[in-house]
Amino acid sequence: MATKSRVHHANYAEIWAILVALLLVSVGGSMSSTRGVVLVAAFGVALVKAYLVAKYFMHVNVEKRWVPYLLLVMIAFVVIFFVGVAPDVMKHGGLHWSNDAAKQAVESGMKAAPKHE
Amino acid sequence: MANTRSATGIPNARLITWWVIASEIVIFGGLLSVYLMHRLGHPEWGAAASHTNTWAGAFNTFVLLTSSLCAVLAHKAADAHDGQRAAKLLRLATLGGLIFLTVKGFEWTKDVHEGFVLSSGGFWSYYYTLAGLHGLHVLAGMVIMLIVAADAAKNQELQRVECIGLYWHFVDIVWIFLFPLLYIAR
Repeated sequence: MATKSRVHHANYAEIWAILVALLLVSVGGSMSSTRGVVLVAAFGVALVKAYLVAKYFMHVNVEKRWVPYLLLVMIAFVVIFFVGVAPDVMKHGGLHWSNDAAKQAVESGMKAAPKHE
Repeated sequence: MANTRSATGIPNARLITWWVIASEIVIFGGLLSVYLMHRLGHPEWGAAASHTNTWAGAFNTFVLLTSSLCAVLAHKAADAHDGQRAAKLLRLATLGGLIFLTVKGFEWTKDVHEGFVLSSGGFWSYYYTLAGLHGLHVLAGMVIMLIVAADAAKNQELQRVECIGLYWHFVDIVWIFLFPLLYIAR
């Protein structure tokens, strides 16, 4: 049997139409030659789309309060992991170390495809 | 039924689904983070990324969004105790998954024919790993949706419709982030 619904069902077709419109914005933005526009169109719009899906399709906002907290804690773990590891991966050298293989890969890759930088 | 019992204020089936999603956040989040930090440290990957087909990625995003719409409408039908309609909508959502995987299959075939395989470079390793892991989740979701739809058509276990919907929307959200990372950022 179905449990009693706790959810107020929104106009889902309307939410879907907004999501598709946002998809068109991100595709349109990706054609821009301005890097900032591409990034906002790609990742800014992705965040808004994810929020809409989580709120209106997954109904996270009407779930028990600890559920969104649980999800946020998981996201926080991912952020902590990123902040902790990223400096060593994104930078190819520091005060007492050098990642020569990565430096060479970037150098040879950029020579092979100069138009992408 | 055990999965409609509740010790936390949430029926057990939904509780377990949220736990699965929480653990998936760490799995996909970790993988996406590692890709992102490498991508930012390797500007030359932009050349490899320019080979991915933005239109195919955008079409697949459209397909998954539409499939998610079907899944949430199935949840609405299940709440109205209309199992037949819920089953029909879940099967439509499954069809969306099938279209998604078919497009992915064509894309990968083209990529492989052009010589871009898992070992072609850092970008391609992540491309196949991320999209492949996501594809496996799509496949798993399709199988579960068909099983849930079979019961729902008999007006049985309708609470499961919402649970598989939650999982399917999460798979959609993962793709929402994979699309710009693999198809737009160059």
